[in-house]
Amino acid sequence: MTEMTYREALKQGLREEMQRDERVFIMGEDVGKNWGGAFKVTKGLAEEFGDERVRDTPISENTIAGAAVGAAITGLRPVAEIMFGDLITLAMDQVCNQAAKMRYMFGGQTSVPLVLRTVFGGGKNIASHHSQSLEAWFMHTPGLKIALPAFASDVKGLIKTAIRNPNPVLFFEHKLVYDKKEEVPDEEYLIPFGEAKVRREGADVTIWGTMFMLHKALDAAEELAKEGISVEVIDPRTLVPLDKKTLLDSVKKTGRLVVVTEETKTGATTAEIAAMVQEEAFDWLDAPIIRVNAPDTPVPFSPPLEQFFIPDKKRIMDAVRSIV
Amino acid sequence: MVDKKTLVDLYTRTLKVRLFESKVWDIFGQNLIPGTLHLYLGQEAVAAGVTAALKKTDWIQSTHRGHGHVVAKGADMKRAMAELLGKSTGSCKGKGGSMHITQFDVGVLGATGVVASGLPIAVGAALSCKMRGTKDVVACFFGDGASNNGTFGESLNMSSIWKLPVIWVVENNFYAMGTPIKWTCPSESIAQRAEGYCIPSKVVDGNNALEVYEAIVEAVERARKGDGPSLVECRTYRMKGHSRFDPAKYRPKEETEYWLSRDPVEIIKKIAIEQGALTEKEAEKIEKKLQKEVDAAAEFAIKSEYPKPEEALEDVFAEEAA
Repeated sequence: MTEMTYREALKQGLREEMQRDERVFIMGEDVGKNWGGAFKVTKGLAEEFGDERVRDTPISENTIAGAAVGAAITGLRPVAEIMFGDLITLAMDQVCNQAAKMRYMFGGQTSVPLVLRTVFGGGKNIASHHSQSLEAWFMHTPGLKIALPAFASDVKGLIKTAIRNPNPVLFFEHKLVYDKKEEVPDEEYLIPFGEAKVRREGADVTIWGTMFMLHKALDAAEELAKEGISVEVIDPRTLVPLDKKTLLDSVKKTGRLVVVTEETKTGATTAEIAAMVQEEAFDWLDAPIIRVNAPDTPVPFSPPLEQFFIPDKKRIMDAVRSIV
Repeated sequence: MVDKKTLVDLYTRTLKVRLFESKVWDIFGQNLIPGTLHLYLGQEAVAAGVTAALKKTDWIQSTHRGHGHVVAKGADMKRAMAELLGKSTGSCKGKGGSMHITQFDVGVLGATGVVASGLPIAVGAALSCKMRGTKDVVACFFGDGASNNGTFGESLNMSSIWKLPVIWVVENNFYAMGTPIKWTCPSESIAQRAEGYCIPSKVVDGNNALEVYEAIVEAVERARKGDGPSLVECRTYRMKGHSRFDPAKYRPKEETEYWLSRDPVEIIKKIAIEQGALTEKEAEKIEKKLQKEVDAAAEFAIKSEYPKPEEALEDVFAEEAA
């Protein structure tokens, strides 16, 4: 095991897959030598693998995504990067109409083994066009796998699984986790899709959350423990496929559930999780399921506004306290 | 110049698409085809000229008006016809239909219901050909309407900076549904737009399969040599309306008459006969043989079963390796 940042662990995963499989290549805006990715994830890879395999592109999101589709169906394993998750709006046709539907529309004649990496979330005061959390749109689009690792120890194993997956995989990262450090295995490891991880065990309340909210949920759980409230924290790690069992088992144990993400509340992934749990574990619930989300507004710029917008530890703690 | 065998090939491909689409129109009239159709009647010479210039391993990217592309590229007509009827024996198992008619194994990347969405996919396929060193090329069909979409600029640009082996084939039939191209494009030609991306371009008579073929051969050579993309604007015309119930009354009578007098099948037949590649009798023999194949395809499609309803749940994801 070696302690390293999320960024480094992700880069190691990309590097290992590029060494293992010459079909794997990276493309996106500023991923190459001059910049190494807006968040420096691919820094150094162009020097190592060359400009052909770490390919800078024009600012053409729809064609970046579409080119990844075309390359994937003809024998390559593209890892395309959309610099900010907000800009995936420009590539929606290729992601949702082409990548997601091709295998189905064509009756299984082809598959689309691509990875599309992008970054979500607020906390950097970069306002409405660089801070959103849009994962629900894609969870609502059949045909896409979705991984959203929040920890260094997961990101390496998940990017490797994503690259080897025969389906289109959306790989969502969060801006505030790149510098977070954890022990990461030195030997090769793969994390299967659809396996949640219990990040903290507890008996009274289950918190299900994603991305940076998991870090806040763990902080909240630590403090609540001092109050005598035992919280279990579940990280799904992939939204599609979704590990229902780990969550339902936990809910059956605790009888209480708080779901927390950084998305705006209406139609968020938390709504889907809450609906699923009440359908499948209603009899085990001792309290209403509480959603903790951002308000239904664009992400604001000014620090006090943004801090108000993004769910914080206190809101998570209040939600837990309200149902115990 | 073009040899006799090629002329016969061009005639055969043009006619094959004509007979296939005519049959589709017939069956459609019998209410056997669900949904809508975008017929290729009138534009046959484009698909014929382009595909005759390609190898089997080369790729084409099709559009919403894709039957002709797929058939000309060598698709199994039985599976193609069955797909239009929504049968389980269709190439897409009845999940795609007219707008997604595709046969991957003969080099069709896909047919798409979103105008202009094929261009980025062609960029990726061409990049793949280049990076894998296959020497294969990609011919990407799209219409005059698609050339007004953002992907046109993005994709032409990317193909040019990376010198990708792609041939941009504009099928300019002068109407985006009912909107004339002169309302939406300020330049005399769509080909002119390629200049801004440093892509050589040409305007050809899209009802003349030989003219299309010759332009595409040149573009294919350039692409295979690694010199990058070309754009060929093929001017052609729909014999029918845009889709199922469109009588195309928005088109001036004189214009329609002019184009209908320039039948792509007759044009290539005349050329082939004049150049001694074909006799009337041989042409007739080819037609009989093709008609038989088309009729058999229709019969196969009509007799085939519909998919079981629960098959709707299959083919969303490819299975992951254990």
